[in-house]
Amino acid sequence: MSAAHDHHHGPAKGITRWLFTTNHKDIGSMYLWFSFAMFLLGGTFALVIRAELFQPGLQFVEPNFFNQMTTMHGLIMVFGAVMPAFVGLANWMIPLMIGAPDMALPRMNNWSFWILPFAFAMMVSTLFMEGGGPNFGWTFYAPLSTTYGPPSTTFFIFAVHILGASSIMGAINVIATILNMRAPGMTLMKMPLFVWTWLITAYLLIAVMPVLAGVVTMMLFDIHFGTAFFDAAGGGDPVLFQHLFWFFGHPEVYIMILPAFGIVSAIIPTFARKRLFGYDSMVYATASIAFLSFIVWAHHMFTVGMPLAGQLFFMYATMLIAVPTGVKVFNWVATMFRGSMTFETPMLFAIAFVVLFTIGGFTGVMLAITPVDFQYHDTYFVVAHFHYVLVPGAVFSLMAAAYYWLPKWTGYMYDETLGKLHFWLSFIGVNLLFFPQHFLGLAGMPRRIPDYALQFADFNWISSVGGFLFGFSQLILLFVIIKCIRGGKKATAQVWEGAQGLEWTVPSPAPYHTFETPPDPALIKAQ
Amino acid sequence: MLSKAKLWLGLALSTLMFWSAGLQAAWELNMPRGVTQMSRDTYGLHMTIFWWVVAIGVVVFGAMLWSIIHHRKSKGAKPATFHESTKVEIVWTLIPFLILIMMAIPATRVLTAAYDTGDSELDIQITGYQWRWEYTYMREDMNEEEVSFFSILSTSREEIDNSIEKSENYLLDVDRPMVIPTDTKVRFLMTSADVLHAWWVPDFAIKKDTIPGFINETWVIVEEPGVYRGQCAELCGMEHGFMPIVVHALPPEEYDAWYAEQQQAAAEIRELANAELSMEDAMAQGEQIYNQNCVACHQAGGVGMPPVFPAIAGSEKATGDRLVTMDTLVNGVDGTAMAAYGRQLNPIQLAAVITFVRNAFGNDTGDLVQPTEVNAYIQEGQ
Repeated sequence: MSAAHDHHHGPAKGITRWLFTTNHKDIGSMYLWFSFAMFLLGGTFALVIRAELFQPGLQFVEPNFFNQMTTMHGLIMVFGAVMPAFVGLANWMIPLMIGAPDMALPRMNNWSFWILPFAFAMMVSTLFMEGGGPNFGWTFYAPLSTTYGPPSTTFFIFAVHILGASSIMGAINVIATILNMRAPGMTLMKMPLFVWTWLITAYLLIAVMPVLAGVVTMMLFDIHFGTAFFDAAGGGDPVLFQHLFWFFGHPEVYIMILPAFGIVSAIIPTFARKRLFGYDSMVYATASIAFLSFIVWAHHMFTVGMPLAGQLFFMYATMLIAVPTGVKVFNWVATMFRGSMTFETPMLFAIAFVVLFTIGGFTGVMLAITPVDFQYHDTYFVVAHFHYVLVPGAVFSLMAAAYYWLPKWTGYMYDETLGKLHFWLSFIGVNLLFFPQHFLGLAGMPRRIPDYALQFADFNWISSVGGFLFGFSQLILLFVIIKCIRGGKKATAQVWEGAQGLEWTVPSPAPYHTFETPPDPALIKAQ
Repeated sequence: MLSKAKLWLGLALSTLMFWSAGLQAAWELNMPRGVTQMSRDTYGLHMTIFWWVVAIGVVVFGAMLWSIIHHRKSKGAKPATFHESTKVEIVWTLIPFLILIMMAIPATRVLTAAYDTGDSELDIQITGYQWRWEYTYMREDMNEEEVSFFSILSTSREEIDNSIEKSENYLLDVDRPMVIPTDTKVRFLMTSADVLHAWWVPDFAIKKDTIPGFINETWVIVEEPGVYRGQCAELCGMEHGFMPIVVHALPPEEYDAWYAEQQQAAAEIRELANAELSMEDAMAQGEQIYNQNCVACHQAGGVGMPPVFPAIAGSEKATGDRLVTMDTLVNGVDGTAMAAYGRQLNPIQLAAVITFVRNAFGNDTGDLVQPTEVNAYIQEGQ
């Protein structure tokens, strides 16, 4: 072989590095940047919503455009921001955590990323089409989305097909990597919890993304080819749509939270300088939550008129989720108990995650109680609930992860003062934004309305102020990241005093290729 | 340090007091207790679960806060080495499980009661439309005059557009409320003519989806006379935020009087449908109906929002053959948001609004359509 083949391969130069890359770190970075861009776009749509709801009356947008904003905000945040961000972290961290040189299927990895920008370009372009973009909510219930949908619905359907394919390929890659590429000595029960939670998440994705693809395909046929899957007049069933959608949709919400559990389970032990309490039970709890996620879907549908036996089954099954979720929270608290804690930015976000996610869990238990759910259903109480688990839940965990691993990615420490400022503004903003929405829902404000009765005015303006505070605070994060990439205090390989795991045995920044030879098995310790 | 803590405590307490004493409905924090047994049971259950989670929160967050305060490196805390205990895991699996069972028992009882729809004394069919409700009172004797009407938002567009001051019941007022008797078991049969809607009155603790092709049922026994307001709770398109629900609960004897009055009015309208309509009357009434029923989609000036909601001004359907206009209004347009108004409006109203769209917005056809003509057209169609 020629000498040229022997020297160390660095990244290619220019744009082709990013277009043709099969490197898990490059692809991970692209996923993370893409999701951050989508987070800002979806956030902008949310600010349009909060601006309109600042006061009663119609001020800025028409009801039809308002509905397009709520729909696009949901779709972009779920499919464009949160999910790709976790895939980005999986790409970056799973090979580093299990001592693998790269993902198992690097070319597919490239493809699964690069179809995403096209899917979202198609989805967002619907806003500029005649008749406007999707305006039927991110849950796109039939027949509002079929018979009554705007002409652009077809483009929305294709966009969902493409991003679904991307998710499935990403999930296959994660499973193939974890099951085949662990370094010698990295047994399943020694894997970091982030790897475990992603393994389980990947199975959930493979199980439910095809169901989503099926639902949108049935919509496509109802719209263009004269079928009547969801049209009662043709012998179809609008409720069938909801059963199919939520069979996808409920596991989907765990797809967005299980990797967050993994991140928090890495960060809390690091900054408590103490091993994670109850590793085994954390693994079993994650698997239990994943299993339960398949048998609770109809709790989103308590008002469709199911028979009593059905209501009771879904109520009991849903309540059960509190048990493994509780185990996780108790384990995190037990990890902190009698530790030696410091409170750098990742730890602040992780602690806020535990508290605020638990509040979202509490309202989750309340929502599980069917007869009371009749009052909560489709009100701002639900909006508050799922934003508590998704924003200070999933999104805070992503921010915690970004601060935690930034030194490993860039080779520099981020600006701790700005990081803390970002945390506190986000923390205050997010609570001002979502806590009053509990009260609005209980007092009777339905969700997805562009205008409201006068008794809802006060909490709405508080919520809007919180929304703008939270939204603009995210520009600090952008600044901190760019600043950290450009330089700063040099990071050591270990970065954090209490950090454990293989990713901290490689230099900072992590070289372009890592673990070309397997790590020393002595480095692999029980978690 | 201590004085700082006191300051914060004082601030927190005064905030709490401000909120609890906040004294206006605007600062309402909790679910209404309502006016039915079901709503009180629901409220009780809500509070029971709420206090359970508060208690759990105090324990969990308390332990966490204790650790955060005492077990920090800056205070010289040395990390302990324990990291697992099967006993502890079993304990904190079992305790939540037992708490959940205690929650599930009353929940099951309340839910079972909610499903007891039998023995109703009055049945009312609720049909959701984009964006209005139809209430049809079920008759025992089919020869009796039927009481059936639409209930539409009566808040003016000017209030919504902020050009005039908002009234007290902004967005929660309708032209014709549902009327029901108190202390009577009323069963609601719910369906929809187009998309999903959900009929919700918080004071009754009733929320149920109305679904095309399905009939859902629920029931209520209202114990106090009064006016109760709610809103559509399922996204149903553009005007979802603008289809409120108002229910007047009257003592049974007043309800009976109201019902008899409605029957009489229905008979009168049938008579009036044979009368002649003048151009002025037709245009005036037609404009009113247009503003209530059509303006959301077809917009002021009949310009529409193409391509989903076509313009009326200068349109072929409004200016061509009058039978085409009539067909569009009476039967709707399949596969679009254009509803069939043949059942929603009476022949006088239909004649007026058909006349209006054929003459307003520069469509000057000069046509005057009479109720008898519309009536004949509808009869022919059946």
